[in-house]
Amino acid sequence: MSWKIWSLKKSPWVFHVNTGACNNCDIEIVDLLTPKFDVERLGIKLVGSPRHADALLVTGGVTRQAAPRLREVYRQTPKPCVVFAIGACACDKGIFTTGYHMVGPVDKIIKEIDPNAIIAYVPGCPPKPEAIISGVVTALSVL
Amino acid sequence: MGAVFEGKDKEMTQALQNLFWILIFPGFVFTVCLGLVASWIVRKVSSLVQWRVGPPFFQPFYDVVKLMGKEVLIPEEAQQTVFKAAPVVGLAGVLLLSTMLWRITIDPTRLFVGDIIVAIYLMVLPSLALILGSSASASPHAAVGTSREMKLVMGYELSLVLAFIVVIIKSGGQLSLAAIAQQTPVFSISGLLAFLAALLCVQAKLGFVPFDMAEAETELASGALIEYSGALLAVWKVMQAMMLVALPLFLVMVFLGGFTGALWAGIAKYVLVLVLLILIKNTNPRVRIDQAMKFFWFYCGVVLVAAVILAIIGNSYGINWL
Repeated sequence: MSWKIWSLKKSPWVFHVNTGACNNCDIEIVDLLTPKFDVERLGIKLVGSPRHADALLVTGGVTRQAAPRLREVYRQTPKPCVVFAIGACACDKGIFTTGYHMVGPVDKIIKEIDPNAIIAYVPGCPPKPEAIISGVVTALSVL
Repeated sequence: MGAVFEGKDKEMTQALQNLFWILIFPGFVFTVCLGLVASWIVRKVSSLVQWRVGPPFFQPFYDVVKLMGKEVLIPEEAQQTVFKAAPVVGLAGVLLLSTMLWRITIDPTRLFVGDIIVAIYLMVLPSLALILGSSASASPHAAVGTSREMKLVMGYELSLVLAFIVVIIKSGGQLSLAAIAQQTPVFSISGLLAFLAALLCVQAKLGFVPFDMAEAETELASGALIEYSGALLAVWKVMQAMMLVALPLFLVMVFLGGFTGALWAGIAKYVLVLVLLILIKNTNPRVRIDQAMKFFWFYCGVVLVAAVILAIIGNSYGINWL
């Protein structure tokens, strides 16, 4: 394992991207940062700029308006980076499968610009904070 | 090694020794390690205040190593040279400052290495580099962050210099840091006032809450540093870690008598100043930039002018506690 991946696992800084979520998954992500779950003990930190990020936490099924923004945010993130599709919508459009305004899901949009992108899925509506932590840890351990 | 240097000048050895001081022992390697430990202390104490477990001991080290391995993205519209050079300029400034302070701490009797005026100049360099780098990045968020940083520098710089003037008066017009570090001006009214004001100025210099408006995570998305990534961001992080060593150490030397007594007492003073800064950071909300300037100019300024007058009176009538 190269030192780049080793250190990436030790300190994954995450950037939160909302691509048309109902705000439920976002609340669960904010929950992660509360003292109860305290993800800083795993080195996870929420950062304000995609340029500082190692992982994108994407919520929502990607609306037509959000798709170009999601691509742009992915391009702005320095590689190596991991994309997490958080929630049923981000994984497979969820209850919005037949929605006229949905162009997602997340993996399709990301793979349009980078076929080799590393994408991890955390299903649930919304996923519990424990599920998100478990998903992040599992994804990082197979990296 | 002896055989290699036998034929060479004494100056050559001297130069190598200076290089060793700057790069290894009291300089770069030592200060970076100490700074990373200090930034761990900042994060750990913050998490204890918030009733959390907090990051592991090597977390700041992992962060820097990780950033070193990441891709460096440079915005197309950025002024490339300034954008890349700014973090290095800032790092050089802090490196010189910390080397100077450690040299004086370790061996105060040596020849001139720098006085308080040099230290004040070197302390401006990191902020100046931040202003240069972020304004070269062509990002509107960074532009707002830059303007706030500039205003903040103009705000606290006056108070900081006034606080040091109090110390210079108390020490009878001495400018040499080695001589100033022999005294503890904090045990007088004017010295205590100056110390408290300087503590808040250092808070602003470190970019800690309540004065973190240049890097405001919530509304500016890390403001001045928004466009930096990879190794360049790592240099900024290392610079901020080194400032966590240099600035509290400087306060300890100027106000609290430095490391003149026992070594553990010096370390205890440093940790005390650091924990004070962390507690201020964790118990205050961020203020607006206009509130910060008003605070430094009108409140700190008035208090410090009073402290200067008290110090002059105390000095001319020989009253030490004033």
